Amino acid sequence: MLLTLYKLMLIAILTGFLFSIFLVFAGKYLKGRLAILSALVPLGLFVYFLNFSKRIANGEVISQTFEWVPSLGVNLGFTLDGVSLIFALMITGIGFLVFAYTAAYLKGHEFLDRFYGYLGIFMAAMLGVVLSDNIISLFVFWELTSISSFFLIGFNNKEEASRKSAILALAITGTGGLLLLAGVLILGNVAGTYSIAEMLSSKEVIADSAHYILIVLLIFGAAFTKSAQFPFHFWLPGAMKAPTPVSTYLHSATMVKAGVYLLMRFTPVLGSTELWNSTLIIVGATTMVYAAIHTIFRTDLKGILAYSTISALGVLVFLIGLGTQDALLAACVFILVHALYKATLFLVTGIIDHETGTRDITKLAGLRKVLLPVAIAGILAAISNAGIPPSFGFLGKDLIYEATLHFGNSAVLLTILAIVTNILLLYAGFLAGIKPFTGKLPTTFEKVHLPSFLMWLPPLILATLGILIGLFPSIIQGSLIQPAVTALGESGSEIQLKLWHGFNLILALSATTIGVGALLYFIMKPSQKLENGIAKLEFIAPQTLVEKFGFGFGKFSRFTTGLIQNGYLRYYVSVIILFLVILTGYTLIQNTKYVFDYDSFSVLTVYEVLTVLVMIVGILFTVFTKSRLAAVAAMGVVGLAISLIFVYYSAPDLAMTQFSIDTLTVILFVLVLYKLPKYLNFSDYKVRIKDGVLSLVFGALITVLALEVLSEPQGSQLTDYYAENAYVLAKGKNVVNVILVDFRGIDTFMEIAVLTIAAIGVFSLLKLRLTSKNRR
Amino acid sequence: MKTIILRTASDYLLPLLLLFSIFILLRGHYLPGGGFVGGLIASIAFVLHAFANGLENTKNLLRLHPGYLMPLGLLVATLAGLSPIFVENLPFMTGIWFQEPLPVIGMIGSALFFDIGVYLVVIGVSLTIIFTITESA
Amino acid sequence: MEFLLAILIGLLYASGLYMMLRRSLVKLIIGLILLSNGANLLIFLLGRITKGKPPIIPEESYNFLDAYADPVPQALILTAIVISFGLQSFAIVLIKRAYKVVKTDDLDQMNSTDEFS
Repeated sequence: MLLTLYKLMLIAILTGFLFSIFLVFAGKYLKGRLAILSALVPLGLFVYFLNFSKRIANGEVISQTFEWVPSLGVNLGFTLDGVSLIFALMITGIGFLVFAYTAAYLKGHEFLDRFYGYLGIFMAAMLGVVLSDNIISLFVFWELTSISSFFLIGFNNKEEASRKSAILALAITGTGGLLLLAGVLILGNVAGTYSIAEMLSSKEVIADSAHYILIVLLIFGAAFTKSAQFPFHFWLPGAMKAPTPVSTYLHSATMVKAGVYLLMRFTPVLGSTELWNSTLIIVGATTMVYAAIHTIFRTDLKGILAYSTISALGVLVFLIGLGTQDALLAACVFILVHALYKATLFLVTGIIDHETGTRDITKLAGLRKVLLPVAIAGILAAISNAGIPPSFGFLGKDLIYEATLHFGNSAVLLTILAIVTNILLLYAGFLAGIKPFTGKLPTTFEKVHLPSFLMWLPPLILATLGILIGLFPSIIQGSLIQPAVTALGESGSEIQLKLWHGFNLILALSATTIGVGALLYFIMKPSQKLENGIAKLEFIAPQTLVEKFGFGFGKFSRFTTGLIQNGYLRYYVSVIILFLVILTGYTLIQNTKYVFDYDSFSVLTVYEVLTVLVMIVGILFTVFTKSRLAAVAAMGVVGLAISLIFVYYSAPDLAMTQFSIDTLTVILFVLVLYKLPKYLNFSDYKVRIKDGVLSLVFGALITVLALEVLSEPQGSQLTDYYAENAYVLAKGKNVVNVILVDFRGIDTFMEIAVLTIAAIGVFSLLKLRLTSKNRR
Repeated sequence: MKTIILRTASDYLLPLLLLFSIFILLRGHYLPGGGFVGGLIASIAFVLHAFANGLENTKNLLRLHPGYLMPLGLLVATLAGLSPIFVENLPFMTGIWFQEPLPVIGMIGSALFFDIGVYLVVIGVSLTIIFTITESA
Repeated sequence: MEFLLAILIGLLYASGLYMMLRRSLVKLIIGLILLSNGANLLIFLLGRITKGKPPIIPEESYNFLDAYADPVPQALILTAIVISFGLQSFAIVLIKRAYKVVKTDDLDQMNSTDEFS
């Protein structure tokens, strides 16, 4: 039993959620020295997924399906193939290191348990995204990553900047989530299934569908917002307000790649069209160059890394857009390369920040003397980032050039773009990985000491992996990369990853990149001046535009709300009645016959005419009297006259009830009246005339309506049924009473319950002695 | 309002009106009347008494706060509605009757008890409202 | 009579609406009561009025032998009358409380009552 449970991926995903729930209760024990134990959760999952690698390498695809909402076709279907495995291993592997790192980084933090809780939810949700086969459940997990990211960015919730960034990130990724939902619903409808695996067979149906463009654009919207593509990239630098482990884990290694994952996942389903490829190439290329240029103007280490991450994401989108086997291979490799070196650099930055208290690149230097293992990790990562042999990065860069060079007509342009990006990325990597450790150590940093091994070991492990894989690419070639490329729909030739291809054009390009990049690093120094320079252009930055739009929209909403919800009851009433009169009146004028069958009307008697006259006088008196008491008395007379009408027209029950209620209401009014405000006229003559006209028109409308209805033939099966069965079924002869207590007894029951509630309301309003003072 | 005539009259009027209200309640199934009207008449009887003798005296006469009549009435109505389920395994609110009719009242059935529940709730509601307002006026 | 009643109902609706459009709270309640009276009468009239034939089955009979007034609108109105009593008393008390707290009868000055709650 346990063994079968172990095999279920659902359990693996749920582990993270269960861990978070567990923390709610046991969090306080896990804050101190035991914090490191949390790292066992991702480690266990990492080993679990590693177990599958052999089966995946053999070309297997593991699928498991559970019914969730079968009536809507929503199942929890999970698929583990090459792409999923790469992501799952990244999520759990880097997760493990980040969990361990956090134990030292946030040691003794008041809300450490909360932090682990959010991380746990995020990890589980992220696993859900990459393992889901059903696109609805994929969407649910996708949203969960956005939400947990919101909490993690805003973790330092006492700082306004943190909260603002968290909301901005949620707004952007949340919008993307909505687009994704719309996209998958349409896609599911067109394909007739919500399973990605089943969609593969209906690729043509989807591509020929009229909604194809819409689907692709919606999916793009989701992927671009999540993966910070231009012009939605600006939330990512803001997200750097989060503690460094979060930046490492969510905003460079995993979550931001969810968009890339989505594009990869849908490549076999939606890809290979002009729309798909061109859009991705253009957006990806724009992003990678734009963000890479931005790195020059930053002095904050995390800012530099954020923009280089955006740039790297751009590269990935660009590669998926190229869509050739070379390009997809390059994308798969580059995801790993980037995750390894960028996570290292972030963790290194975190240590520098933690120990020196600054991330300003212009101030940092010579730290190798005090933080040697960290320096090694940083430099190794910078090497991999730069693509200097024999690192894994060199391999990745080779593959990128290989992909661009073999892309038909635009090969030259695309290659140049790739080279420019890589040069700038190299520069950024050197700044983050080498600059802080070289040169002369400033005296202010002499007392800096090496932190716990929990902090420096994780980056060192990652950096070393980056070199090791470069030396022995066969580690991942068969087990990860080949199945991943197969999963992307390229089942062609076998893949060979190797460091040395001999002297060729690509090697020359690589060498150029490294040479120019290194030159740039030595010539150009980051400075405050440059950062100030770009700040001047901020007024046209997408972020400013979005914020301005949000601000303007809020202002517009306030304006319209003020206009419509002005808080004056009589305006609401007037508007509603006015529209009622206009719309109903129009219909009446169009369709009325104005034929009354006077013969069917009952004959008038003197008593009736008198009663009606009394009522009319009573109503007019109620409306126009200046005294409250007189108005109440006149209203009582109106009520009594109504009960007389009930007597004339065969409704004894109604007459009795109306009479009693009228008595009680008048008593009630008299009781309260002296405590009530004086009967004042607030409005002027003009307003009263206007209201009077509206009221009279409304009254006339009701009169005409009533007469219209009277001229229609009447027929009620309901009445006949009640009349026939009142005695036969309910043994009663007063049909009104039988309806009340028997046929419609439950209605009456509800009514007395409502009456009780009204009485309790009156009682509590008057008996609860709450004044505005002691309420505060 | 506390004239001697009204006070003396109200002493006799209260039992009379209450009796009348019960009469109205019981005959409701056959002739005009029923729980609503009966309850309202009974409330008016108490209100009249309160006008003549002062609220305190009426409250002393009642012993219990009229508010308690509301849950009591709801309980009676609910039990009347539930009775067919227990007695004859019929759905909620089905009418059931004793075999033989009684003099004056006629057939006794669950509907009558339901109407008694309505009667109690109506008295409770109107008296609670009026007493509360009188007290805090 | 139907014609007269229809005009009466129109008058009740018109006066009810007119009173609801005033700025005074007390007038608002009076308007509400007039309006509900008008609504009751409207239902009564539209159920067709019949003179002198209450919907009560004659003695010694299981069924109506003659024409009879429609019991359904009557049952509806009966509940409406009682419910509106609950509503009106609650509204009256609410006004009283509101007046005590806000110290104004002017509805226009009550639209910023958030600060008083």
